[in-house]
Amino acid sequence: MNVLLNPELWSSALTLAIPIAFAALGGVFSERAGVVNIALEGKMLIGAFAAVAFASLFHSAWIGLIAAILAGALTAMLFAWATVYLRADHIIAGLAIDILAAGLTGFLFNSIYGQMGTPSDTPSLPIWHVPLLRDIPVLGPVLGHHEALVYLFFLVLGVSNWVLFRTPIGLRWRAVGEYPRAADAAGVPVLRVKFWAVVAAGAVAGLGGADLSIGILNSFSPGMTTGRGFIALAAVIFGAWRPWGSFLAALLFGFATSLSFQLQGTAAISKNILLMLPYIVTILALTGFVGRTTAPAADGQPYDPER
Amino acid sequence: MSARTIWPGIAIVIAFVVGGILTFAFGNDPITAYRALLSGSFGDVYSIASTLVVTLPLAITGIAVAFSFRSGLFNISAGGQYWLGGIAAAWVGYAVKLPAVLHIPLAMLAAVAAGALWGAVIPGLAKAYRGAHEVITTLMMTYIATDFGHYLLEGGPMQAPGYTPQSPPMQPSAIIATLVPGTQLTWAILLVPVIAVLAWFVLQRTSLGFSLRLAGYNLRAARYAGVNPVAAVLTALAISGGLAGFAGSIQVLGVDRRLFDGFDPSYGYTAIVVALLARNGPFGVLLAAILFGALDTGASQMQIVANVPFNLAGVIQGIIIFFIAAEGLLRYFRRRRSAPAAEPRAAAAE
Repeated sequence: MNVLLNPELWSSALTLAIPIAFAALGGVFSERAGVVNIALEGKMLIGAFAAVAFASLFHSAWIGLIAAILAGALTAMLFAWATVYLRADHIIAGLAIDILAAGLTGFLFNSIYGQMGTPSDTPSLPIWHVPLLRDIPVLGPVLGHHEALVYLFFLVLGVSNWVLFRTPIGLRWRAVGEYPRAADAAGVPVLRVKFWAVVAAGAVAGLGGADLSIGILNSFSPGMTTGRGFIALAAVIFGAWRPWGSFLAALLFGFATSLSFQLQGTAAISKNILLMLPYIVTILALTGFVGRTTAPAADGQPYDPER
Repeated sequence: MSARTIWPGIAIVIAFVVGGILTFAFGNDPITAYRALLSGSFGDVYSIASTLVVTLPLAITGIAVAFSFRSGLFNISAGGQYWLGGIAAAWVGYAVKLPAVLHIPLAMLAAVAAGALWGAVIPGLAKAYRGAHEVITTLMMTYIATDFGHYLLEGGPMQAPGYTPQSPPMQPSAIIATLVPGTQLTWAILLVPVIAVLAWFVLQRTSLGFSLRLAGYNLRAARYAGVNPVAAVLTALAISGGLAGFAGSIQVLGVDRRLFDGFDPSYGYTAIVVALLARNGPFGVLLAAILFGALDTGASQMQIVANVPFNLAGVIQGIIIFFIAAEGLLRYFRRRRSAPAAEPRAAAAE
């Protein structure tokens, strides 16, 4: 039980959750517009690579961050073009992006950096020690000292929630995912809304990748996302397609990983068994044993305006 | 020949052209690179054998995935079922004492059973009774499978004495004999065409196959025709998972000869590319598996000779599958050419 009282456990749970949470937010963006986004994994990987490449080139982590956003968005444009305008199968196109991203980042990594790996003087994002917050007892050590993207995440989360549920743009956005024909009849440019929703998803997924490479670390290694984009997809579902829900789901996954690190070597339970927990919880959530969730009605269906 | 028929070929050409441009952009000669790729994969008996060693599990997992696609199910977890098959075969291979005639078949059977149960029970029941989409459940099952394998090998019940996360070696009676001396290619390669024919026969020529395809195509129509949808989903996933598990047993019994921590589940994803490139036809799967086996094998030669990172193979794979997915491009070209004519409805997915 001592483990649970260790602030390090909770603090690292949050740290580990944020990359997944960014990608999951991207998943909410695109699935609310009706595009199933299995390409999140690839966009994270591209974002992670772009962040390190540009951060080391310009000696600025912030430029790396912007590069990650743009790289994620550009990759998403390719995916959006295929799924929205060419009406490609979302799953197949998504897998294509994932495989392409893994190959391309590996190719670029080996072509540019080779055996030495990414430069060791690559800057990483600063750790912010938040005044007031860090002084609160109990919560302070958990919430008060994190890399900048953790705090920026909550800003992005708040804005996303507001846009999706409190603005006319959000109304159109969600309408396109629920009932595109009605949205079309009401004059909403369905394909354009879907396209930009997917691009926005790519941008935040890129941020998730940047958090991995220049937030938590200051280096890139091929395949470093290790399935976090897929876990994010599960977090979207577990979080009932809501921004806050997906964050809480990501937090659960972060917690399970953090717990597995903390218990490593204590022999009470294998870390590999603990690492299974998020996946088991996801299946339970999908089957409705832990909270019942419903997808946007037109999720995953390509929309053909001429039919 | 319609544009749609040759589209996979066009996708392959586009992918190699883009790969060549990328190679050139980083200061290497694409011709040298592709020549090394070719000689590394088909240049002599040894490289052909090495290509076929990769082709073998790819073809079988590819058939597994194609079988599920034909039945209207998206089993994207061939990798997980492959792991489970590997685990089961490895256990039978080192823990049971039998003569070879019985030992190898028993280990394979255990692998098929493990893969089938892993693929069918949880994703199948979740789909049939709770409507949970199999893409996510099978994906989660892949991660659970790898974690489970790591648990068994990292200080768990299957770890061999010592610190290395690996199982004890297979007993000699469980090892599949080598076909080409000095390589890892085993007699199991001869099973691949047999499995392709069997899978095609079951799908196209039996009433079971008919009901699976019907259930995949239109569940309501299938129900009217007397097909039990729950049974159809479970059967299709079990056959698909069983095949993937079988591939795992061939890798363990023929190539690795023990279970390693790094037993690779990524075959599961390449298998999807293989199945899609072949449009889910079992014979096309063989060709596609040879192509990707060659790409994988030749890539290391390309890295050594032409200094082009082996990851180029992944780039080419990704572009191929992207253009397979983006078949809608054809519709664009067709419309441009015959401007006002109404476009025929796109044929339903096979």
